[in-house]
Amino acid sequence: MVDHSSPPRPPLSTASLIARLAGIGAVVAVVAGAFAYVNGTLDPQRLRPKTLVNALETNNGVHPGFRRNHAKGVCVAGYFESSAEARAYSSAQVFSEARTPVIGRFALPSGNPYAPDSSVPIRSFAVQFSQANGQQWRTGMNSMPVFPVGTPEAFYQMLKAGAPDPATGKPNPANMPAFFAAHPETAAFLAWVKTAKPSASYATQSYNGINAFYLINAEGKRQAVRWGVVPQSQDGAGDVAPSDSDFLQTDLVQRLTAGPLRWQLNMTLANPGDPVDDASKAWSGEHKVLNAGTLVLQSSQPQADGDCRDINFDPLILPSGIEASSDPLLAARSAAYASSYLRRAGEVSPLHSAPQESKP
Amino acid sequence: MSAQPRFFAPLARLLHWVMALMIIAMLFIGAGLAASVSERHEWLLHLHKPLGIAILALVIVRLVVRFSTRQPPLPADLPLWQVLAAKASHLVLYGLMLVLPLLGWAMISAAGDPVMLSSSVQLPALVAANAPLFALLRRAHGFLAYVLFFTVLAHLAAALFHGWIRRDGVLQSMTGRDAGAD
Repeated sequence: MVDHSSPPRPPLSTASLIARLAGIGAVVAVVAGAFAYVNGTLDPQRLRPKTLVNALETNNGVHPGFRRNHAKGVCVAGYFESSAEARAYSSAQVFSEARTPVIGRFALPSGNPYAPDSSVPIRSFAVQFSQANGQQWRTGMNSMPVFPVGTPEAFYQMLKAGAPDPATGKPNPANMPAFFAAHPETAAFLAWVKTAKPSASYATQSYNGINAFYLINAEGKRQAVRWGVVPQSQDGAGDVAPSDSDFLQTDLVQRLTAGPLRWQLNMTLANPGDPVDDASKAWSGEHKVLNAGTLVLQSSQPQADGDCRDINFDPLILPSGIEASSDPLLAARSAAYASSYLRRAGEVSPLHSAPQESKP
Repeated sequence: MSAQPRFFAPLARLLHWVMALMIIAMLFIGAGLAASVSERHEWLLHLHKPLGIAILALVIVRLVVRFSTRQPPLPADLPLWQVLAAKASHLVLYGLMLVLPLLGWAMISAAGDPVMLSSSVQLPALVAANAPLFALLRRAHGFLAYVLFFTVLAHLAAALFHGWIRRDGVLQSMTGRDAGAD
């Protein structure tokens, strides 16, 4: 065979050969080095999704199959009935269709799936709206009106302040007050905690989306909002949270046997000057509030094999007509939830056989 | 019989260089988004999905072009192990260009998430929602992306070895520049 592609080549001098080999090495090293920086290997200080999830595991222990935060919960299902009020503000199908099916999950904000219900004053409610066009809207809401901090970095510092001391196995009691002192943005949250009365039922609690989002209408007009749901059920005058550790789920199942439970979905429209990028700050003063519709829950399932188990309630899974704000917690929640979801999705079987009763 | 071509077909060269940029960008975007909790995570993710689908579409065109045009032969004096390494690495490159976007698409489907390329463009699910399958596909996506990155690095080093050390016309067959102009 005739060699067409090799013209005569004068041999390279040793110096030239070394220089050219070094050149190849340099090109490869630059590309590999840039890659190692981007993937975090050469930037160990960067806050990564796994840094946050590891911190949650440090504080709560590893419970295979369970969410790394809000680990204890219960699945619910029902539908959303839209009102006409949000349609002028958002083109999302969830507001134009009469009914959209929902799957939800009530939970406690801790990474410990066996935490007694009375251990935290906060309850959470995550919802997935499945639109007829295949798009989805997922939101994770909490009973507090603001988040303790406004950035993922501060959240990580807060997790570290709550980390157990290796010597005692318990968090150093001085750490959390020191964290709050160093983070004045926690004031609004701490003021709420002081007066917060844990509800005696998941059904009698309001839940707030906390982070701001934009509603986008058919003309492309953007309106910043914070959303939340307000229950139609109320605690009775003398109702207090019982002391047994699983009363929330027992109560929910009982109430759903008696009939559906309803919440009104409210959209609070931002006034000019309201922060849309800081979940630690309340929107104070008069605000226009839209009644976007009614969330109706009809049934519940244990989370071990319920329909909510395999849903990652990523707050950035949004339908056309709703967009994220510049709140830095949103991207951090999305990234960290994805990391937690990957870990637990590979561990589903242990959740099936996990003890369902609570341990102190 | 006509002489062997010295260069890849112009369309093959165009596809090679456009996809080279896209794939290198894609590898960096993927590595960056997996290691970030900042707003970068979100906008990198919004680039990653449509770019991945574009690569999937282009690699199909490219495979058609690859098998319907004539390839310049490797130099006759190339040692056998280098011939084998060249052929094997090209197999890996083409295979991963095809498999990685499909894995990404399938893993989003397995998570039960809508496969959104933009705020309104949605692809159908490739597989039914299945969390353990998601975990497997997601890990395979990450692992094979690293395999692709290292294969691309080896490909780059080998191309420069042909161009700067062996000076045998292999690099020029893809740059389209005549070897004599070097």
